Amino acid sequence: MLEIKNLHARIGDKEILKGINLTVPTGEVHAIMGPNGAGKSTLSYVLSGRDGYEVTYGEVLYNGVNILELAPEDRAAAGIFLAFQYPVELPGVGNANFLRTALNAVRRKRGEPELDAVAFLKSARAAIKSLQMNEDFLKRNVNVGFSGGEKKRNEMLQMALLKPGLAILDETDSGLDIDALRIVSEGVNALRSPSFSALVITHYQRLLDHIVPDVVHVLAGGRIVRSGPKELALELEARGYAGVEAA
Amino acid sequence: MTALPTKKLEAWRYTDLRALERLSFGEVPAAAVPDLPAFAGPRVVFANGRMSQALSARLDHAQDFAPVQEHGPQSLAHINAEQAQDGLTLSVPAGVDAGALLMVSYNAGEMPFAAHLRHRITLGANARLMLIELVKGDGVYWHNPVTDISLHDGAVLTHIRLQQESAEAFNTTLIRANIAAGAGYEHFTATIGAKLSRTELHVSLLGEQARTDLNAAQLLRGEQHGDFTAVVRHAAPNCASRQTVKSVLADEAHGVFQGRVEVAKGAQKTDGYQMSRALLLSDHATMDIKPELEIFADDVKCSHGATIGALDAEQLFYLRSRGIDEPEARAMLIHAFLEEAFAPVTDEAAHGLLIEAIGKWWTTP
Repeated sequence: MLEIKNLHARIGDKEILKGINLTVPTGEVHAIMGPNGAGKSTLSYVLSGRDGYEVTYGEVLYNGVNILELAPEDRAAAGIFLAFQYPVELPGVGNANFLRTALNAVRRKRGEPELDAVAFLKSARAAIKSLQMNEDFLKRNVNVGFSGGEKKRNEMLQMALLKPGLAILDETDSGLDIDALRIVSEGVNALRSPSFSALVITHYQRLLDHIVPDVVHVLAGGRIVRSGPKELALELEARGYAGVEAA
Repeated sequence: MTALPTKKLEAWRYTDLRALERLSFGEVPAAAVPDLPAFAGPRVVFANGRMSQALSARLDHAQDFAPVQEHGPQSLAHINAEQAQDGLTLSVPAGVDAGALLMVSYNAGEMPFAAHLRHRITLGANARLMLIELVKGDGVYWHNPVTDISLHDGAVLTHIRLQQESAEAFNTTLIRANIAAGAGYEHFTATIGAKLSRTELHVSLLGEQARTDLNAAQLLRGEQHGDFTAVVRHAAPNCASRQTVKSVLADEAHGVFQGRVEVAKGAQKTDGYQMSRALLLSDHATMDIKPELEIFADDVKCSHGATIGALDAEQLFYLRSRGIDEPEARAMLIHAFLEEAFAPVTDEAAHGLLIEAIGKWWTTP
């Protein structure tokens, strides 16, 4: 379970998050929607521990642990996975080496045995197959020269291997084409279970046709201004953010 | 003894030998026995300036050491000539592929001493050799080897050096190569050890289609100083040279790359390339880069470039967000940075030695 309590955060002198309260029970998928500049990306970065964001007040508990005190790698080990809006290219780093290093780092921290090269390849190939990816993915450098859709697939491959308890999907500006939309939603839906939850951050309702949320929150001006069932997304689509905030 | 070069000389602007000058050297101590890497092929081992017959094995095409006559302009070569009493003299006959040869130079002693080796390597027409050179030691010493290389038409010498001198040592290495038509000299140096080191190459491309690759990776930390200086002289048309230097500098380390391409009158269609990339891991590390082009022909292609930067924060966060600890994430990105410089080292044994040495760079305090 993820509990965000009165979270305030800023970049430099600029306060972006102004008291966020949000609970995502285990097994549920919640969507966060909101207009540009509402603080959606900031929220995803604060949750995953990126430098440059200062939390000035509040706490974030994941399964009862205040994750704001954890390094990004320890949050990953605790089960939090951030799917990047723009996955980073790593020239000179082979994808197979990257995936195996990440998987074993997380397994080590979770007290699970590390996978040798053979066992790793076996599980990587299985994940690749279920994501309908080409095996040459493993031989390429991480995200280098990947198309937008391939980068998203690679994110979903990492997610499938790392088996997070909570996935945060940052699709803020939603430059996703139909193909990428399908990849991301299939990746998330494949993991849906009573022990998995997801926070889907998006600007448009489109993604939520594919990943149907249990709850939709509207983030505006650094606060959650409304929460409701999935139909709230449709209302947003019809009336715009201004209309919903006023309601 | 001939005087050491000073910073007043343009070629020595960034490397100061005064700390070396202050040392007084005693007798060369009795040679200690170095650890030798597992290597199946032939090897030649030098300990404290002398060849060790006992440790060398299956050395073909070697000749006796002959006294040195020095006519070159470099004062370090004159000092070497005054002192050198041994070195590898190797002459591979025309058409012979001599395979891989491991050369180990090991220096160790309680009191400061100097070792001056003079190596001479000649490859006959179309001969081939891969020389893997391992340079290491313990204690305070000055290692000042000179290697003179002569490649006849169509010969190929692949020269891979791993410099892992003691942390208190001084290393000044001078390599001079004359490359005939169609011949190739492929050089790679990994600079990891020594308090102060300089690898200085002078390569002359004397016949058409001669080529040289001069690549280096410098991994320096603490107050280490590493200098890679390469001068390529294109004396004939249609020759190619490539210089790629990657430097990773931590703490207060100081890296230097001086690269000069000289294109003689008439050396048309010269293809010259220089690239220096430096990764600074601390605010106190320094990199000095001096690329120079001296061109007296009018139909040539010469380019050079230099970058200096820090580790990419986005890349680091991406790796960490996947559970990889910060030190390991940094190591992965540095390996990736060096990858391009290592790419030419295709021999498995040599590649293995380099990767092991670089792995140790992270784990030894």
